[in-house]
Amino acid sequence: MSLPIPLLSVSLITFFWIVAGLLAMFTALSVVVLSLTWLERKLLGRLQRRLGPTRTGPMGLMQPVADALKLILKEDIVPTSSEKAIFWIAPVLVVVPAFMIWVTIPGTENLVLKNLGDLGLFYIIAFSVVGILGLVLAGWGSANKYGTLGGLRAAAQLISYEIPVIMVVIAVAMLAQSLNMVEIVEKQGSYPYVLVFPLGLVIFFIAGLAEVGRTPFDIYFAESEIVGGPFVEYSGAHWSVFFLAEYINTFAVAALTVLLFLGGWSGPFLTGNWEIIWFLAKVYAVILVIFWIRGTFPRLRIDQLMAFAWKVMVPLSFYAIIITAVYLFYGWPPWTLTLMSLAGLLVVGYAIYRRFAGPASQAAQVRARYQALQSRSGQ
Amino acid sequence: MSWILFIALAVLTLGGGLGVVATRNVVHAALALLLSLLAVAGIYLILFAEFLAIVQVLIYGGAITIVLLFAIMLTRTAEYPRITDNRQWPLAAVASVATLAVLAGSFWTKAAVDTQPHNPALTDLANSLFTRWAIPFEIASLVLLVALIGAIIIARESEEGT
Repeated sequence: MSLPIPLLSVSLITFFWIVAGLLAMFTALSVVVLSLTWLERKLLGRLQRRLGPTRTGPMGLMQPVADALKLILKEDIVPTSSEKAIFWIAPVLVVVPAFMIWVTIPGTENLVLKNLGDLGLFYIIAFSVVGILGLVLAGWGSANKYGTLGGLRAAAQLISYEIPVIMVVIAVAMLAQSLNMVEIVEKQGSYPYVLVFPLGLVIFFIAGLAEVGRTPFDIYFAESEIVGGPFVEYSGAHWSVFFLAEYINTFAVAALTVLLFLGGWSGPFLTGNWEIIWFLAKVYAVILVIFWIRGTFPRLRIDQLMAFAWKVMVPLSFYAIIITAVYLFYGWPPWTLTLMSLAGLLVVGYAIYRRFAGPASQAAQVRARYQALQSRSGQ
Repeated sequence: MSWILFIALAVLTLGGGLGVVATRNVVHAALALLLSLLAVAGIYLILFAEFLAIVQVLIYGGAITIVLLFAIMLTRTAEYPRITDNRQWPLAAVASVATLAVLAGSFWTKAAVDTQPHNPALTDLANSLFTRWAIPFEIASLVLLVALIGAIIIARESEEGT
């Protein structure tokens, strides 16, 4: 070899550090998932006037461990009519991208496994798409009607909501003039982007929830309709892999919301790597909002979900790109962008309000028709 | 080291391609296609075209394969006989042999230049794409739009026919 290739000629020590870093990331994410399951049980319990887990350990803190043990010890059933190879490969296709995107998500400026520079944000978007494939294959491979339906729903929903996510990420990259995660956070040093670009935060958060299938958008494994969708035939360890991926992705959406809009790890009092405390505090705050939404909103119907994606989210994300471009091109002061995003939010919010709650709403129409029928039958 | 990686990736690419044409199950064929496309992304990576590799994963590994699987699952694949006898195979053979001939010919007449690994910055890429190559870029998107409208029209016609 005459050509020195630095990418591939890693020394043994570097290789060791890469492996150690990946292991550390894996462990940290597993601990995070355990904490998230406990938090979700407790918070949902409180929202529903229950206590949540109390028996296992103090305040039910050992509940996630008990859950994990139960899942591992459970019998792992593989249906006889399933496509064995696809049935096995689907959970891997879901969980590997979920872990892979964490390679480049920074905790603080230096606390990142591998800063991919200008490709960071793009890499995250690219690999989060691959996970959808696993859901589709899981549904098809388990040779189950509900599974296949769930897989199809997953493909339709996730591809639709991918568009607003990517559009808003592009708008943020335009604001920061970079796709580098660390640079995006540093550009928010004086003010986080939520202040100038609240529209972006709203679109990203809603579409992000849909991307990970949190409750108002969990149409592809809706228990009450298709009894778990792609996961219907999975049990034990295989199912827990999907579960792991779902929580890691939820955490990733929260982390990306914090990094792109809430100023990442920047905050007062802390310096250096201690800033990760700010980062974690913000991420967990976003996570609590996600759980809160899960506890309070009913699930959408599939047609409502798709209509919302294509009639509201996609046009709104185009609007977000256009106002960002106009703002950057003319070099207006930041508050103009705030005004423009709030105007977009207000218009859309008012339109939705008129549609569902205003006097012209469908419910009012139905009521009027019913009253007309009543008065006619009374005559 | 990079030779070993290249050979491994080439084997995966070709194996995936063979799998696409050899398997009798359409979903398996789609999976083999995925393997092949991801291995091509790996080849881009050892050529230092990191941006291209990520685009390959995003467009082909993610979107295209998902849409393919979606279409396969919406059609009732079980009703089709599981045969790979496609009447268009002579045409496909001619097309692929012609492509091979063009590629081999270009290598034959012009020896492969000893290229240096060169990773252009994202901004350079964007600048050349949207200034120098802006018109081909726009034409490509126009082609996609035409394909989209064409697909809708074909789907509509078959709907009215039944």
